Amino acid sequence: MADEVVLLDTFFSMFGMRARLALAEKGIEYEYKEENLGDKSPVLLEMNPVHKKIPVLIHNGKPVCESLIIVQYIDEVWKDNNSPSLLPSDPYQKAQARFWADFVDKKLYDAGRRLCTTKGDELETAKKDFIEVLKLLEAELGEKSYFGGENFGFGDVALITYSNWFYSYETCGNFSVEEHCPKLMEWVKRCMEKESVSKSLADPKKIYDSILVFKKKHGFE
Amino acid sequence: MAEEVQVLGSWASPFSKRVEMALKFKGVEYEYIEQDLKNKSPLLLNYNPVHKKVPVLLHNGKPIAESLIILEYIDDTWQQGPPILPKDPYQRAHARFWAKFVDDKCMPQVWKACWSEGEEREKAMEEASKALEFLENEIKGKKFFGGDNVGLVDFSANFLAYWCGILAELSGLQFLTEEKYPNLTKWADEFCGCSFVKENLPDKGKMVHVFNGLTKAYTSTV
Repeated sequence: MADEVVLLDTFFSMFGMRARLALAEKGIEYEYKEENLGDKSPVLLEMNPVHKKIPVLIHNGKPVCESLIIVQYIDEVWKDNNSPSLLPSDPYQKAQARFWADFVDKKLYDAGRRLCTTKGDELETAKKDFIEVLKLLEAELGEKSYFGGENFGFGDVALITYSNWFYSYETCGNFSVEEHCPKLMEWVKRCMEKESVSKSLADPKKIYDSILVFKKKHGFE
Repeated sequence: MAEEVQVLGSWASPFSKRVEMALKFKGVEYEYIEQDLKNKSPLLLNYNPVHKKVPVLLHNGKPIAESLIILEYIDDTWQQGPPILPKDPYQRAHARFWAKFVDDKCMPQVWKACWSEGEEREKAMEEASKALEFLENEIKGKKFFGGDNVGLVDFSANFLAYWCGILAELSGLQFLTEEKYPNLTKWADEFCGCSFVKENLPDKGKMVHVFNGLTKAYTSTV
């Protein structure tokens, strides 16, 4: 029986990109549906009544929500199709991958959001926090090619989708990620060489344009 | 090879107790090492340098932090005991969703409601109520969130089954009333009746004493 896979998403969402990236890594065909967050579709509200957010993966009519949960689901459902596993099989390595993905979500999103929506002292604090988080991640990467070691994995999926937002963060905060975390930028470039990554991430300038629209709409100028 | 399992925890923390309950559930023996959260030990800072929080599980000297991640690690590692997560990928995703929901949308709001005042308290109460309604709906028709047996979401929601009631009494607020949430209330009784839960509940008198002397600053150290 052919699988029916639909992804409810918005082009600039770093969370949605994780789902796109996981599907690409596993070679899964799907239907992409762009949502207008200012006017959410009945499908989205039906499939994610709790959070009413994207991304939502709909697999044979059944919804899976929350990006990291979606990525794990994709990895588990299509584990036997000769595509690379995103999570390691060793329980300890798996826990470490989950830990760092969780760390990205707990620390990076909030600092990034503050970078785009605050001014003055608050902005300076956001910048400091953001760089501190990236430095910790860079230290964790160390000399490895990927967070997953030799192979691109769960931790890489969790973080790489923020990289196309760096341009926006840098512009809002007037700083350079490369200057503070050169090894991390090398990792970004390495990941972007993978087709699954480059085709799943959005254009950084288009993301910045959408942030400008958001800022204007919500009075964050 | 004899396994060495240790838990760095705090006696009053529901996050810490999740791990102990899960280990008991699986029948895994471990050594418990109480941590002083106001004066963090070199051990804790060494094994959880990123968050500096409890709980931390040490398995043969290797640390795992963040309670829900620890619970999945326990399930992946000790497969001979009863499962914490189902085998089916969709049901696993479902369990992970609700476990995260409790952590993100329920616990913090209940906690905030207890420690805030005025408009902030009202807003937190409203959000907590919304979350409890979702959970009430989710548990309907089931003995546990995990179905016939306890699972990830039950451990995640341990706060609701026990800590919530004590906080409610102390703050004069009402959260899990039988009238409003009959299914959740029934679940709380069932869950607290399980041996691996009962043996791991912190003493109520001791908790009341601690909470009475607590300041808002405490919420950032747990």
